[in-house]
Amino acid sequence: MVVAEKTYKHIWKLFEQIPDPEIPVLSILDLGIVRRITSEDDTIVITITPTYSGCPAMNLFEEDIIAKLKENNIMNVRVEMTYDPPWTTAWITDKARKGLEDYGIAPPVRGSQDKGELFKEGVKNVRCPLCKSTNTKVISQFGSTACKALYKCEDCLEPFDYFKCI
Amino acid sequence: MIMNTNLFKYCLRLGDNSLILGHRLAEYCSYGPYLEEDISITNTSLDLIGQAEAILKYAALVENAERTADDLAYRRPEIEFYNVQLVEQPNGNFAHLIARQFFIDAFNFYLYSALKESTDNTIASIAAKSLKEVTYHLRRSSEWVIRLGDGTSESKIKMQEAINDFWLYTFEMFEMDEVDEELITKAITVDLKPIQDLWNKKVDEILVMATLTRPEDGYMATGSRKGYHSEHLGYILAEMQYLPRAYPTAKW
Repeated sequence: MVVAEKTYKHIWKLFEQIPDPEIPVLSILDLGIVRRITSEDDTIVITITPTYSGCPAMNLFEEDIIAKLKENNIMNVRVEMTYDPPWTTAWITDKARKGLEDYGIAPPVRGSQDKGELFKEGVKNVRCPLCKSTNTKVISQFGSTACKALYKCEDCLEPFDYFKCI
Repeated sequence: MIMNTNLFKYCLRLGDNSLILGHRLAEYCSYGPYLEEDISITNTSLDLIGQAEAILKYAALVENAERTADDLAYRRPEIEFYNVQLVEQPNGNFAHLIARQFFIDAFNFYLYSALKESTDNTIASIAAKSLKEVTYHLRRSSEWVIRLGDGTSESKIKMQEAINDFWLYTFEMFEMDEVDEELITKAITVDLKPIQDLWNKKVDEILVMATLTRPEDGYMATGSRKGYHSEHLGYILAEMQYLPRAYPTAKW
């Protein structure tokens, strides 16, 4: 059986309804986790990639994807994991960047894909998602999850999560 | 498929380093000097266990013997583990934890930078992925070595002691045997001598910034390439493997 083009489009649409388990204002598409949808005979193969190797949300992504497709009568589904190419914060959409900030997480500073950035003392110009000041400092390289660092705003004094560039 | 024994062993080396250190760091959960640092330690542990899972899955595929990554992690005896003895050393105080982490982070950073170009696509992609995480690990452990070394008189003593205590475990990371020989000719892995030079340079640079002294080379631990370990690995495995061995059919 050949899977019709419109089925793929339908599946991509359905994925917009699956929230990210850690940042529910985003869908699983917004972070660029879903890399491709293909098929083998009559099985739909969804390829996903982790943000971080140890991302504990990966099993949940798989379950959510299978459940969502079952709800929509798409039964033969397999979820595969790839590390190539490795996930990068550059894949986060503009909509998602806005969503992150509204949710209280500073989005990754643009143009920091160069790994040289990582060796400077924390990323500069991280904007406080609450008062929008850039007078902020890093408290810890790791925040509430591996993909985030903990920052503090020197103006409004609130601590906040920063989504690290990788 | 005929198993490539050397490739299998090499994957276990990489995977076991990450798995055992990931387990050691998890033991430190709730003992960090303050909350944010405690979270950093467990997040580093999570990265390492994720890296171990990726490479052990590949090891299972290479072995082609119907063993899974979980079987490799939870059912192998001590003599079949190939992690360097550095990562199995007890946590000790916070300076010990940081010294051990700094030594292995610097090694992993240069090793994965090189393995990114491996002719084995799976190893190359896992190395590229891991490198992004290890870059953060190395920055964090380097900063702590400097902060503690160039800190109070008390923290300086403790950091220096920790560096001295673990120095004998640092040579093992760069040991090469017939596994390396074969894989280097296929450009699957790399010669560890240039990695050692880069590591030495990095360690010297950070120790100078930390106002610490590089220890003299003395007796150096060896044996892990053949599965010989310090007494500590057995205790780690006893705890880590207890549940899957006691309840072989248990599922998550």
